[in-house]
Amino acid sequence: MISLQNIEKVYRTDTVQTLALNSISLEVAKGEFLSIMGPSGCGKSTLLNIIGLLDAPSKGIVNIAGQQTNDLNDKNLAAFRNKSLGFIFQSYHLINDLQVLDNVELPLLYRSAVPAKERRELAAEALAKVGLSNRMKHFPTQLSGGQRQRVAIARAIVGRPEIILADEPTGNLDSAMGNEIMDILMQLNQNDDTTIVMVTHDEHMAGKTHRLVRLFDGSQVQ
Amino acid sequence: MLKNYFKIAIAVLKRRKFFTFISLFGISFTLTILMVLTAFMDNVINPTYPDMKRDRSLYINRVELRNSKKGWVNISSPSYYFLTHYTTGMKTLEKLAVSSTTTSSNAYVANKKITIEIKYTNVAFWEVTDFDFIEGKPYDKAQIDGSQKVAVITERTKADYFGDEANVVGKIIEADNVKYRVIGVVKDPPITSNSYYADMFLPYTLSKSGYKDTGNMGDFNAVLLAKSPAEVDKMKREWDEIAAKIPTNDKEMDKLYSNADTYFMDKVRGLYGGGPESGFRKFLLMFGGAIFLFMLLPTINLVNINITRIMERSSEIGVRKAFGASSKTLVYQFIIENVILTVIGGILGVVFSAIALQVINASDFLAGLHLTLNFTILFYGFLTCLAFGIISGVYPAWRMSKLAIVKALKAQ
Repeated sequence: MISLQNIEKVYRTDTVQTLALNSISLEVAKGEFLSIMGPSGCGKSTLLNIIGLLDAPSKGIVNIAGQQTNDLNDKNLAAFRNKSLGFIFQSYHLINDLQVLDNVELPLLYRSAVPAKERRELAAEALAKVGLSNRMKHFPTQLSGGQRQRVAIARAIVGRPEIILADEPTGNLDSAMGNEIMDILMQLNQNDDTTIVMVTHDEHMAGKTHRLVRLFDGSQVQ
Repeated sequence: MLKNYFKIAIAVLKRRKFFTFISLFGISFTLTILMVLTAFMDNVINPTYPDMKRDRSLYINRVELRNSKKGWVNISSPSYYFLTHYTTGMKTLEKLAVSSTTTSSNAYVANKKITIEIKYTNVAFWEVTDFDFIEGKPYDKAQIDGSQKVAVITERTKADYFGDEANVVGKIIEADNVKYRVIGVVKDPPITSNSYYADMFLPYTLSKSGYKDTGNMGDFNAVLLAKSPAEVDKMKREWDEIAAKIPTNDKEMDKLYSNADTYFMDKVRGLYGGGPESGFRKFLLMFGGAIFLFMLLPTINLVNINITRIMERSSEIGVRKAFGASSKTLVYQFIIENVILTVIGGILGVVFSAIALQVINASDFLAGLHLTLNFTILFYGFLTCLAFGIISGVYPAWRMSKLAIVKALKAQ
């Protein structure tokens, strides 16, 4: 499902060159739940961004769901992300000016030929999956951290993507809420066969996933 | 999707109320000025009381003599003789209204001095125009030929001279020690209509300025009425041919220019024309330049405000891009949001314009002038809004669409 070959990422400024990722090769099978761990600054978020096509590698090949993505232009990359990928961020990144239901239906806005009624229905379905059907008309600022992250999960799954990328989804939550979120992700993985790649600092959370990859100073060590 | 954009646009407006106020004030104020100006222009270009046949009228308001070698120029109103003599026999001319430029005279009522602007006219003047007679009627050919001292006065003059009297036809009005019998009272013409504005109208045979002189220059103006609007161009060409052959009758001057122009072009020529040049190109440059500069300031202001707002929304932009919005889609979204803002500003501008025009009309700032908002003006106002919204949204939208997703997501 995900294939990375010799991925390198270099950040350049006028004076400094930083090698964030050094020849990373990685295969993720369909339906696999993968954790990526490592100390701060080791490149795990950078790797996740490259898998999610939010950033381009300096070198190497990225193949997602059978599609080589290196040469896709902005428009095609956007369409591919919309169809195949869902994102969950540590700080939720919900749009506070929109109600919960509007936030969740966001990915469907960019999918052509999904009428408004169907968008609402799919969004309501996704919210039901994360147990927030009674919060549709609320604004994100009216929700707890755990609830916001559940809305973010609903948004990530509303388009039924094959792959979900989660960047420290429990990082801003207490352990109880974190466990709730982790349970939802595991259900998605087990029930819907969704491939999940999760960056985490939490060994306990990582222990629940199928496989763990460790990075250190931009290189894979496990 | 548009509903989503609309929700976001309203939410963004509510978020920073002060910036929203600045933006909306800038847009609505600019539009108010433009729409009031357009109302004035509408009054200048389109038929309006008492000049309701403007669409089939041409105006001769000046004669220009030039010495092409030395560059001397002499411009004046035409003489009565010039206008009547050279239009005789014109095939396309239905009627010729001749009136003098206004002269001031004094009248005394209850020890109070009133200034009365007098215009001397021929009979056709009343046939070409559409003055609204509240009392009486205009003078006829017999009264003109007999140099009878009869007068048509305006409502304002009636009120100033006769006070509250209900009917004044048959009464005497005295100006500059000459007594005239009032035979008609008309609704006030607007002061902006220099072909028709006066306080009192008298037969041209009473004119003190020598209507019998046979020179080219004098104190009169003419309105040429064509048989139909379709004949106006033909009538213009016919006059051009005649004017090209009129002798200067002045040994110092070798060229004579006289044009029969539409109402609007007559104004343009008066301001910017000269000799063979109508002045229209210069007018377009000046007018277009003024409008452009006038709109530039609020546009730049809006661009700056929009860039600030966009940068505040970096995180939202990052999320939208992450979930599949292409740069083009985001540009489209932002321009729509900006158009919504400017349409709201536009609606406010229309409301303020209506209020401003009411105030201008009520103040009688320009005597007799009555300005209105009409569909033409509203249409141009709406177009201006749209242009405003698009222009001031394009650059910030482009900047926003270029934001790298990862960088945008890091901004909080």
